[in-house]
Amino acid sequence: MHATPTPSSSSVACTVNGRPVALEVAPQTLLLDALRDQLGLKGAKRSCDIQVCGACTVLVDGAPVSACTYLAVEAGSREIQTVEGLADGETLHALQEAFLEHGAIQCGFCTSGMLLTAAALLEEDPAPTRERILHYLRGNLCRCTGYQKIIDAIAACAKPAPSPHSLPHRGGR
Amino acid sequence: MLRPFVLDRPATLGEVADLLTAHREDAVLYAGGTELLLLMKEGLVCPGHLIDVKTVPDLDAITAEDGVLTIGATVRHRGVERSALVQERCPLVAGVARHVANVRVRTVGTVGGNLAFADPHSDLATLFLSLDGTLMLWSRRGAREVSLADFIRGPYETAREEDEVLTAIRLRRWPAGTASAYLKFGVYERPTLGVTVACRPAATGRPSALSVTVGCVGPRPQRLLEVERQGAGESAAALVARAEELGAAAAREIEAIADRHGSVEYKRALTGVCVRRALQVAAARAQGQDIHARYAHTVIV
Repeated sequence: MHATPTPSSSSVACTVNGRPVALEVAPQTLLLDALRDQLGLKGAKRSCDIQVCGACTVLVDGAPVSACTYLAVEAGSREIQTVEGLADGETLHALQEAFLEHGAIQCGFCTSGMLLTAAALLEEDPAPTRERILHYLRGNLCRCTGYQKIIDAIAACAKPAPSPHSLPHRGGR
Repeated sequence: MLRPFVLDRPATLGEVADLLTAHREDAVLYAGGTELLLLMKEGLVCPGHLIDVKTVPDLDAITAEDGVLTIGATVRHRGVERSALVQERCPLVAGVARHVANVRVRTVGTVGGNLAFADPHSDLATLFLSLDGTLMLWSRRGAREVSLADFIRGPYETAREEDEVLTAIRLRRWPAGTASAYLKFGVYERPTLGVTVACRPAATGRPSALSVTVGCVGPRPQRLLEVERQGAGESAAALVARAEELGAAAAREIEAIADRHGSVEYKRALTGVCVRRALQVAAARAQGQDIHARYAHTVIV
């Protein structure tokens, strides 16, 4: 057996939803716990705890990660986005509006992860095909099995790819 | 919950080596943590020190030279997936990287971590064996290059010595005119079976070649040398015609082990089916065609 180390907490400076914060964390602190317990951001959920379900998804520098299996110290100098940062004040993000319109929410447990993963996808590819959406969302599980409406909602936010054949008609009908 | 540990962030390979020497079995190399942290949560490993290799510069580069593609140990799966160099030189590698686990694991998880962890259910190990992959290991004693076949000794067991750091993986591109396919099957997060087929069928003035590698069903990925021997020298059309027979040979040759993915008998049968399908796809590609077959729980790259 090894001697028990005595790692001390340190201050980790990062940006969470656009605001600079200093997290007081030990090396073993997981980002999910730091966000939920220190900042009170409960949108990311602990569920499978093994990076399979996507309920704890947050964006780190714009890329989706499982906060349940990501050391908080890794967030140093990075930009973290949680579902709480998606809306602009009272104005919902286009994806949130689309989820409401399409009835893409049942129990809501997976919703924050679905929204953030979709937001990362649209940032990468503003006009994803349905196949691309399915592939990107593969690691986000919904146990209410509302996938169809979730995919529909994301597809509704996909900007149509510009095409020389689809120039707007002048005058119209 | 993770038990307390010290996170060391060395700036050079020399510092990594010193930390490994100082802490020995109390230290574990840490990169993405997508596999390691899960074991630590379960209390299956309780290291006092995690040595972060991501803070060592130059381990995250992808380079190509003389038909050899070199992927740094701390390159993330997403880095491989999105690398223009990989897409150009070895599109199958980029395609397989796109289907590793899910996007969150690909964002964080590293190529080196995947191989060094030696989880038998690894897409990369199966694919890289077929590309004559070698691993670059560094220690104070010097650098050495070990073939993937020698590196992976069994489930979670590798030839890496206690003081060594995995720095990069080198892959040999197949010769021009080689058609290939990677097929994986699974209902869990990790693949139940992966198979790589590469074929350069017989044509005038060119030797033919066939490579069949199956992974995830046994203790380590395996080249199916007997299947390769039986299929050598065939035209693409003949490979398609003999796919069933060669699949059956694969089922006999594979060294399968039982785990939660299935029994030995099941995995042999599955190997037969998947090798047949992958052969059909690769041989069709060799003829300039593509089979757009869809099979349940199966990804074809």
